[in-house]
Amino acid sequence: MKDIIEIKVTDREDVVHELEAPTDMSFNLMEILKAHELPVEGTCGGMALCASCHCYINSDHELPEPSEAEEDMLDQAFFVEENSRLACQIKIKEELEGMEVKLAPVNE
Amino acid sequence: MIKTDILIVGAGPVGLFTVFEAGLLKLKCHLVDSLPQVGGQLSEIYPKKPIYDIPGYPSILAGDLVNNLMEQIKPFNPTFTLGERAEVIEKTGDKEYTLTTNKGTKIQAPVIAIAGGLGCFEPRKPPIEGLAEFEDKGVDYMVKDPEKFRDKKLLIAGGGDSALDWTIELANIAKEITLIHRRTSFRGALDSVDKVMELAASKKVNLITEAQAIGVRGNGKLREVIIKSKANGEFAKEVDNFIPLFGLSPKLGPISEWGLTINRSAIEVNTEDYSTNIEGIYAIGDINTYPGKLKLILCGFHEGTLMVQSAFKYIYPDQKLSFKYTTVTGIDGLE
Ligand SMILES: Cc1cc2nc3c(=O)[nH]c(=O)nc-3n(C[C@H](O)[C@H](O)[C@H](O)COP(=O)(O)OP(=O)(O)OC[C@H]3O[C@@H](n4cnc5c(N)ncnc54)[C@H](O)[C@@H]3O)c2cc1C
Repeated sequence: MKDIIEIKVTDREDVVHELEAPTDMSFNLMEILKAHELPVEGTCGGMALCASCHCYINSDHELPEPSEAEEDMLDQAFFVEENSRLACQIKIKEELEGMEVKLAPVNE
Repeated sequence: MIKTDILIVGAGPVGLFTVFEAGLLKLKCHLVDSLPQVGGQLSEIYPKKPIYDIPGYPSILAGDLVNNLMEQIKPFNPTFTLGERAEVIEKTGDKEYTLTTNKGTKIQAPVIAIAGGLGCFEPRKPPIEGLAEFEDKGVDYMVKDPEKFRDKKLLIAGGGDSALDWTIELANIAKEITLIHRRTSFRGALDSVDKVMELAASKKVNLITEAQAIGVRGNGKLREVIIKSKANGEFAKEVDNFIPLFGLSPKLGPISEWGLTINRSAIEVNTEDYSTNIEGIYAIGDINTYPGKLKLILCGFHEGTLMVQSAFKYIYPDQKLSFKYTTVTGIDGLE
């Protein structure tokens, strides 16, 4: 059982960050990104009620399908792709070791 | 000119409750909010969600909390300017500020309490390269006057109620109207979805689903939008106007230009009374920051409560303020 996994995050300037994420604290990916001070707003606190943590999953880790609520919020995001997700809806679990994530563009 | 004791910028839960605490000290409040309704994030983002950490309420819907706050402050007759953004603050005298909204409304008060939360809710703008160049030159983020689009070729993007409703309304006005959406299903109200489907079937609306706008081109004026669709790849669509409707998101806005000490989009305050670096201006709720700050409704209520005590002493330095429980005084006749 792995308590800490590593996640590779590419920010909007194409800088790659290797983040450590604990698997035993029921964190989601948005919280991990914020904890490492990556530029993700997470305005709604993680309820899929805003689209401010939109990201792309670039590795082929298996993830649960997005809920209807997540799809609805992705409608308010931009440059949505097949691999688009809201980071707050991705639970940090052991199986996500090595996951590759890219932050989606935003208008600042 | 509206005159009041405490001018509150932001009618979110914190601004609203501050009216109550100010009222206990016989201070009058006027509130300004850029949204057409009160309640801030609670009304705009999560009216139907239950909140579990309001003391005394095991659970309360955000919308109900806002309604209750409005009822609680009613005895103090607060006044409101809604749908207007607080734009400029000027010091116009000793203990006198004049605030002007984007629509020119002027409000005068000795004290300003900024309860602006995460800032003004503004239309979300797609991060499409060069888009800003065409703002008001073919790119609109909201429909103020439908007549502006008479006999034009329009492209509306989005999948929510406003995209659907405007597509329906503008279908009769525009020369040609196209709605583009990233999925085949829409999250808007069912009857609006049906109506748009009908309009699409009768060719009054050109519906492009599983597609997104990814670029814009023009020369001083918008000429075409580049669309990427699952079925047809990338292509250019000639339009007069592009209206992206992707909901609202909060932006700090004009508050950043008022000379306040800002730290990561929040106003630094003294935790003794939530005063800012400018005399007579306070900041409470999500908009402020200090060591240990938590963005919670409960904390904002506390901040507003302490703030009005300080505001009273600032406005009336010679008057004694005696602290009384509401159980002792009640609220009737305090007005
Ligand atoms: C999805 C979600 C769930 C949440 N759950 C909880 C919870 O369970 N418990 C909890 O305690 N908190 C919760 N929060 C946080 C809570 O909503 C905020 O702490 C609270 O809304 C802050 O209130 P406020 O009055 O300071 O600001 P806001 O509610 O943000 O209101 C600020 C208002 O100011 C207006 N404004 C800003 N600038 C200007 C200007 N220049 N001119 C005019 N108007 C302006 C805005 O339009 C807005 O209406 C949640 C937040 C979200 C998004």
